[in-house]
Amino acid sequence: MSHTTMNLNLKVWRQKNTKTAGAFEMYRVENISDEMSFLEMMDILNEQLITTGGEPVAFDHDCREGICGMCSMYINGKPHGPWQANTTCQLHMRAFKDNDTIVIEPWRANAFPVIKDLTVDRSAFDRIIQAGGYVSVNTGNAVDGNSLPIEKAKADEAFAAAMCIGCGACVAACKNSSAMLFLSAKVSHLALLPQGDPERKTRVTNMVAQLDKEGFGACTNTGACEAACPKEISIANIARLNKEYIVAGLTSE
Amino acid sequence: MKEKYGNLFDMYAKITGENPYEVPMRIYPAVHYTMGGLWVDYELQTTVPGLYALGEANFSDHGANRLGASALMQGLADGYFVIPYTLGNNLADEIYNAPIPTSHPAFEAAEKAVAERIATLKNINGKQTVESFHKRLGKIIWNECGMSRTAAGLKQAIADVQALKKEFWSDVRIPGEINEYNPELDKANRVADFIELGELMCVDALAREESCGGHFREEYQTPEGEALRDDKNFMYVAAWELKNDHEWTLHKEELKYEVIQPSQRNYK
Repeated sequence: MSHTTMNLNLKVWRQKNTKTAGAFEMYRVENISDEMSFLEMMDILNEQLITTGGEPVAFDHDCREGICGMCSMYINGKPHGPWQANTTCQLHMRAFKDNDTIVIEPWRANAFPVIKDLTVDRSAFDRIIQAGGYVSVNTGNAVDGNSLPIEKAKADEAFAAAMCIGCGACVAACKNSSAMLFLSAKVSHLALLPQGDPERKTRVTNMVAQLDKEGFGACTNTGACEAACPKEISIANIARLNKEYIVAGLTSE
Repeated sequence: MKEKYGNLFDMYAKITGENPYEVPMRIYPAVHYTMGGLWVDYELQTTVPGLYALGEANFSDHGANRLGASALMQGLADGYFVIPYTLGNNLADEIYNAPIPTSHPAFEAAEKAVAERIATLKNINGKQTVESFHKRLGKIIWNECGMSRTAAGLKQAIADVQALKKEFWSDVRIPGEINEYNPELDKANRVADFIELGELMCVDALAREESCGGHFREEYQTPEGEALRDDKNFMYVAAWELKNDHEWTLHKEELKYEVIQPSQRNYK
């Protein structure tokens, strides 16, 4: 494979903490390999900043293989950058060319306050999960693997919803900062499986109530969430969520 | 292929820029587990009473080798099937105790020790970044305590890690403040731990004069190049106790296999 290096201008959002106003800063990084990941490029920027007496850019990251949902950068106006079905950590520098200017911002949503620079507080998602995104089971006895047969088509659909890594790109992409795609993925994955059935109604009711409390915006079905989702969660899940919610409301005891 | 491995192939394509459905994949072995963790008893309690270590952080299910997703299995098994039954034994004795105030001497001592470690790290104010130390440590361990190991290489690695530790604690640079969100300070604490763990991995690999699982000592191999076990002398789990800096004491936990005997694995 051919291997090239590039010099880049980075326009990065800097913000000391939640209370202080932020602003863009310009940085220059040189000799960036096109085989590097985007986060490796950010590591190099930080090395450069620290050794020259500056403050490194704070950003979230963990597994760096696209499964943990920590990395959360708004790159050139898109959550997770220009590639489709991709997280920031999986974005590689071959997506850019020499002398490009890359604009890097945090997720912007009232429900996701900036902690520092590119790091935002996504604990609102945790609280939504705590409100019902689980199944209650007795621990202690491992159930036999195939004692609960599930049709392949259903298992696949549930799996596709369970692919959601809770990164928040859907919220960042939405003009209303709605978290409906996230919530619908969590509700769907359990609603499609027999294990989720006993708590089906309370789950959707409680999770929607928590969603509203957190201050996310309303869904207007524009589909920007689906387009930005690194795991390609379908907005058909939002339709299922609405169905689950209505049924739970109409048949509540 | 796409049904089974589509996700993996997509990841590969993003990293390499090559289409694995068309071009042969470039694969190399990599370290993925430490094959060890904190010592715990059968109830998953550490040497600190009341402190439990679950999942991959403990040593109990590591063995000599570990395959993909074992960490997930262990996390689920410990969480679902072990701790709900063992934690009660500790709580049963604690239930009559009044809530312990944070003015308790043990709490104050622990808080002070942590605050001092953080202040020490921050006040070093040296020239080298945390990341650079992490990379250098990784290189030492990868070269000498990675896929294949030798006594000479491991001795050199121990000396190198100890020298790196000295350098880290005298020349690391941590920007930012202590009482704010500071990922560099967080990472410095982790890298300080990694240095200690890296040294221990080399000490343990040097002491185990046999090959088994993920531990391959070049001196101990069959004529075919397979791992040569020495079950007579090394049928134990090594539990290392750290007393002072670089002072490791070995406690052997004997392994008894009654039904299935361990054997050499041969991929032929």
